Order: sequence, then structure tokens, then C-alpha cells
Amino acid sequence: MKSEGIIWRVVFARAYPRVIAIVRAARWTVGGTIVSLMYMAALVLIYKSINAPKEYYSFAILGSSLLSYWDNVIWSMAMQLYWDKEDGLLEIYMIAPINRMALLTGMALGGMTMTTFRAVIIFFTGILLFKAPIYVQMPGHLVLSFFLALIALYGVGMAFSSLFLMWGRQVWAVADLMMEPMHVLSGSYFPIKTLGYPLALMASLVPLAFGLDAVRQSMFGSSWGLLPLKYEELLLLLYSIFYIFLARYALRKMEYLAKVEGKLTLRWQ
Amino acid sequence: MSAEYAVETINLWRIYKDKDREVVALRDVNIKVKKGELFGILGPNGAGKTTLIRILTTLLLPTKGDAFVHGYNVKTEDHKIRSIINLVSGGEYGGYGLLRVEENLWMFAQFYGISTSEAKRRIKELAEKIGFENKLKDFVRNLSLGERQKMNIIRGFLTDPLVIFLDEPTLGLDVPTAKTIRNFIKSWLKESSDRTVLLTTHYMLEAEELCDRIAIIDKGRIVAIGSVEELRKMARNYVSAMIEFYGTSPPAGIPGVKGMDLKEISPKHYKGKIVGEEENDVIEFLEAIIKSGGKLKYFELQKPSLEDVFISLVGRGLENEE
Repeated sequence: MKSEGIIWRVVFARAYPRVIAIVRAARWTVGGTIVSLMYMAALVLIYKSINAPKEYYSFAILGSSLLSYWDNVIWSMAMQLYWDKEDGLLEIYMIAPINRMALLTGMALGGMTMTTFRAVIIFFTGILLFKAPIYVQMPGHLVLSFFLALIALYGVGMAFSSLFLMWGRQVWAVADLMMEPMHVLSGSYFPIKTLGYPLALMASLVPLAFGLDAVRQSMFGSSWGLLPLKYEELLLLLYSIFYIFLARYALRKMEYLAKVEGKLTLRWQ
Repeated sequence: MSAEYAVETINLWRIYKDKDREVVALRDVNIKVKKGELFGILGPNGAGKTTLIRILTTLLLPTKGDAFVHGYNVKTEDHKIRSIINLVSGGEYGGYGLLRVEENLWMFAQFYGISTSEAKRRIKELAEKIGFENKLKDFVRNLSLGERQKMNIIRGFLTDPLVIFLDEPTLGLDVPTAKTIRNFIKSWLKESSDRTVLLTTHYMLEAEELCDRIAIIDKGRIVAIGSVEELRKMARNYVSAMIEFYGTSPPAGIPGVKGMDLKEISPKHYKGKIVGEEENDVIEFLEAIIKSGGKLKYFELQKPSLEDVFISLVGRGLENEE
């Protein structure tokens, strides 16, 4: 079989457990969705109580939807190789004659599919529940910025999966550290420019901030944006390329360290 | 490098370096495994068996020396090795709990470029051979330890490897499951002369029953290699005795006593086996017990076995760790 054929087999096979999880781990999916909905409802009610413009309801809803991708990137992408190691699966992956990036791509595509299901529920439930206004001022840019954001975000997940493995047991603290602060710093519930340019640009090192800002601009207009939309899309593209290359490098480094030090792929190390 | 051997190691060393210590896991290991052979590596826990398997399966680099699988160097040709080998380890979880067994196995088959229809055919065929066909629709999370290991065995053999590495494949399994797996391994090997099995175990009987040749490894060093018969012949040079006694501790420092496998079954109450070069050594051991105030409860000279060779070479039994 041609190597491209095997690569797609690997991608599809590794995505499969995540896609099937939508149905088979329905309780987990529903539970996560309810928590996100409650968080979102709290924010919308705060905006209501202070008579904020109705667009802010939509920002909170949009932010909650897209944050579910970030949750997935951290807990199911970045942590996945660590989970696999603990279950003794990483060794099986490492001895298989496969392209390791195909494995990560499968994980990413499966994660995206699983999370899209959750994000769509959060988005439409929020819109219907709070009658939040939804506009799509630049549909082409909306599609482009959304997909660029996803690629960049999952690129982060792919890169961090190897890095998390190298950090070993401290990984839990790192994952926690990357969750809560990002809820604020990413500008998920408000236009990121509210943070001020220095802080907003620093926060934008993680593509979630630009991704959200670009999607928000595409829907509600450029007046809400931090940088002009085209620049944000260009930066998202650069982030995508950077993080995917970083993922490839980190994966090779991880495998090299595993072979030299003999630790990383072993359980309980 | 000719591909005369399925597996060959030349002066192989592996040293693990930590911040404040070095652990020598393999010392100057030289083995040659012929194609079509079922080769066993027998040793106690921590002897270096898994390290050797990890090097041969390209998961670990040697510190010194070379290792080859079908003539391919583990250091420089890992991608070529990976397509002709597989690995099954005892006690591995082996899959994702929310998948059904057949889906889990299908997933791993995809990594080797096996088509879905061919994968399904092989899964069914292998499952029938090990009496697992009624479990293929079960979720992985619902499998018992023995059932999981059967699934892992199918995963390993599904890709029809030229060399399969089995690292303690029957670890912790009940007797019938272990027997089924052993029978399957033997029959799989007989189906084609190209196939080779390298098995590590710390079960003496498993090594005796399955292996064409055995390497005994201790503290990272190969202390003996030979067929079961050749190793048994070595046993003829020894005298073995089952012994049970009361005393403060087993006598030490008797030069002719080459090793012992004694367990303290209750305080100051020991039971097990000693191996000496000749009968006088065993008698000297018994006298030392009595001289030190101990009391002999049971004693019987035995026909030397493979286990006695192990004890004499390693100085202790397989289950006794230092």
C-alpha cells in the first residue's frame, strides 16, 4: 500500500475513538456541555444585570462555544500521549511503522469532530435561551478565521502533547494553569482589546485569543477587533504553521529522549 | 550484516543514567536467535529482560554495542524493523475502554496498512484460535485481565510479524488462560518457518514448555544459553535438595552451595531448595543449621532440574529478588 494510503488509514483510525465517543461517552459529553452552559448563563446574566449591550450576550455565548475547543485541546490533545503512556499504549504506537504526525492529526480531527458537536449545542442553546443577536457580516472571513483558529489551536495541542509528556507528573499543574487564566486572557467573554494592547498582544501568543477575535470581527464587525481582521487571519496562519512544525520537532525530541533516557514511553515515569 | 539470524546482539550494553546514579541494565549481552526459533529469556524481575526487549523493538537505544533484527540495525534502521515486528507485554491495558474489542483491534491493524476486510478476517481467525470469538463485540473496559491479554495477543499477531516479542505474556493470568496462550504461540510458530518468537518470562515451566533455546539472564548479564536439554545436562553437575527447617537464618558462606531458593514461611521457619556441587555440600549445610541451634523438619535429595541450574547460576530462585 502507498504510504499516503497508510497515513490516511492512521488518521482515520486514530480519530475513530474520539468520534464514537460522542455517542458512547454521551454522559461525559452532556456533563461537559451543561457545565459550559451554566458558566455561559452566569456571564450573560451578569451582562444583563449591568445593562450591557446585547452583543455582549453573544460574545459570552460565542466565547463559551469556542472555549470548549480549548478544553479539548488541553485535556484531550495535550494530555493524550500522557494518558496513553499511563495505559501502556504509547509503546504500541511507538513501535508501529507509522508517521507519528498522522497519529496526532487523527487525534486532532477526532477531537475537533467531538468538540464541534458540543460547541454547536452550546452556541444554539445560548442563542435561543437568551435571544442574543447573531450577525454574520463577513461570511467568507468567518469560515476562514474559524478554520484557521481550529488549525492553530489543535497545532498547539499537537505540540503540547509531546511537551506535556516530557514534563511528566507536573503535567496536571501545567494543564490547570493553561485553563483558568486563558478564560480571561483569551477575551472569550468580551472583546480582547478591553484588556489593553500590551496584555492583549501577550495573551495572543496562544492562538485562541486571535481566533476568537477574528471570528467575533467576522460576525459583529471590525469595530470590536484588536487588530485588522486580515492581520489576525495572517497571524493565525503563521501560528498554524509554527505550531505544527513545533509539534513535529517536539515529537522527534520526545522520541529521541525516550530512546536515549529510556523513560518517557514507560508507565509510571 | 547478514540476515542469518532473526535477532542478534553483539556486546550490547545499556546503562540508565539518573541525576545521582547509574544503573547497568544490560552488560555485554551476546545472543543469536535463529529464524523460526522460539527463544526464551529467563530471569528474575529486574534482570534486564524488558530492557533487552525494548532495545530490540526500537523503543530504546543501546549505550554500547549493536543489536540487529533480521539484519536491520536498531540504531539506524528502526523504521524497517518496525514493519516486521510486534510486541505484546504482560499486564498492558491495550486499548480504549469505549471501543469494542474488534474496533480496537481494527484500529491497530490500520497502523500497519491492513485493509478493513483483511483485518476483520484475521481478527476473527485469531479469536477463534484462542477461544475469544464471543468477546469481540464486548467493550474493552468490560474485559477481565485474562480477556484483555487475549485481546493483546490478537493485536500482536494480527500484523503477521516476522519476529514477535512477548514480554511476560502470561503475567498474572489464570492457569487455563496462560495454557491457551502458550498453545497458541506454539501453533502459530509451526505455521511458517519464517516466524520467530522471542519470549521473556520468569516462569520456569513456561520457558521449559515453550522454548527451543533459553538464555538465563541475571543482573543484566547472560549467564547461560542453551536448549532445555543442554541446560538440563548442566544440572547433572549439581545436587539439589528440598529442605524445611527452623533457625535464625539460612547458613551462608559454604563454598560448595551454589545457590538457594528459601522462603521464610513464618518467623524463623524456612522452606525451599538448595543446590550444591556435591552431596557433601548439602550435608555441610544441614550441619550448619544444627550447629547454629536450628532444627531440621524435612529434607529430601531431588533429581536436578532446570530450576536447579538457574539457582546454581544466579544464586537464588526466580521469585526471590535481592
